[in-house]
Amino acid sequence: MLNVLAETAPGEMLEGLKAIGAGLGYGLAAIGPGIGIGTVVGNAISAMARQPESAGMVRTTMFLGIAFTEALALIGFVVFILLLP
Amino acid sequence: MNVLALEFPPVNHLFDWPSILFEDTPFALNKVGLTYLFAMVITILIFWLAGAKKNMVPRGIQHVAESGVSFVEESVVMQTIGPEGKKFMPFLTTMFFFIFFSNITEVIPFWQFPANSRMAMPITLALLVWVIYNFQGVKHQGALGYLKNSLFPPGVPVALYIIVTPIEFVSTFVVRPFSLAIRLWANMVAGHLLLVTFAILSATMAAAGGIGWLGAIALSFPMLVLMTGFEILVSVLQAFIFTILTAVYIGGSMHPEH
Repeated sequence: MLNVLAETAPGEMLEGLKAIGAGLGYGLAAIGPGIGIGTVVGNAISAMARQPESAGMVRTTMFLGIAFTEALALIGFVVFILLLP
Repeated sequence: MNVLALEFPPVNHLFDWPSILFEDTPFALNKVGLTYLFAMVITILIFWLAGAKKNMVPRGIQHVAESGVSFVEESVVMQTIGPEGKKFMPFLTTMFFFIFFSNITEVIPFWQFPANSRMAMPITLALLVWVIYNFQGVKHQGALGYLKNSLFPPGVPVALYIIVTPIEFVSTFVVRPFSLAIRLWANMVAGHLLLVTFAILSATMAAAGGIGWLGAIALSFPMLVLMTGFEILVSVLQAFIFTILTAVYIGGSMHPEH
């Protein structure tokens, strides 16, 4: 392992670390919004099941909630694209 | 990049297109520009043709235009701004159709490039929206009232304004246009990358022959078809979300919270 590390050029090492960082960063950024969107949609579904007549309004609000929550995951995705070697 | 012996092109190659027409002039046109021209022309054509001949019972293209307009009216404007938002109907409807047509080229065979996966148009539209909702806020509440209502939201304990006001300032005046643009752009980039990945996977596996060919038929190609269907949904949804968020921002600056 150490031999391999010693033989690689510093540039390659940096690229590899960048790739690891990008992957980890996106993975971490996806956790919170994943839970958040789950909560939003789950509650919207139970609201629709209780009151089917308000389904239209609930659906609109649900998409709004998803859009705001999803923004964080998308910023993580942008960082992933930027860090990609 | 070389992932598991798959030859995956660098990300830049998927989104940078060489100029096709008028090279080396400010009017140089590439696939992205052509897609936007296509979206613009088809949006104009739909409403032009639908408006030219007004039947009592809508048929064909008139039906498309009328159901589009009533969709924007019922599920975007009435839900967020209310009856007085009707004057924004032309703007919101045009924006919905324009964004939708420049997204849907993502799944049109042999074209397969969503124009909104380049940042230029999303950020332009978002800055336009920023100008419009700030203008509406100043027009309906006065400059001072608009600033007061958006920076000092009512119903917050006075001591908390130290924290709330900077957050509100950044989120209302700085981050909003960027999050609006990034939402559209990043969704389109992600969708395009997804489709490219599965297409390359299918092609490479099919070219390998034998068990790889079977795997392409059984696994990766059905996944590609499924993802194409999903991307149609995403194209409509992103156009809808962009429009509804615009309406929410305009509505928020037209009637302040009490």
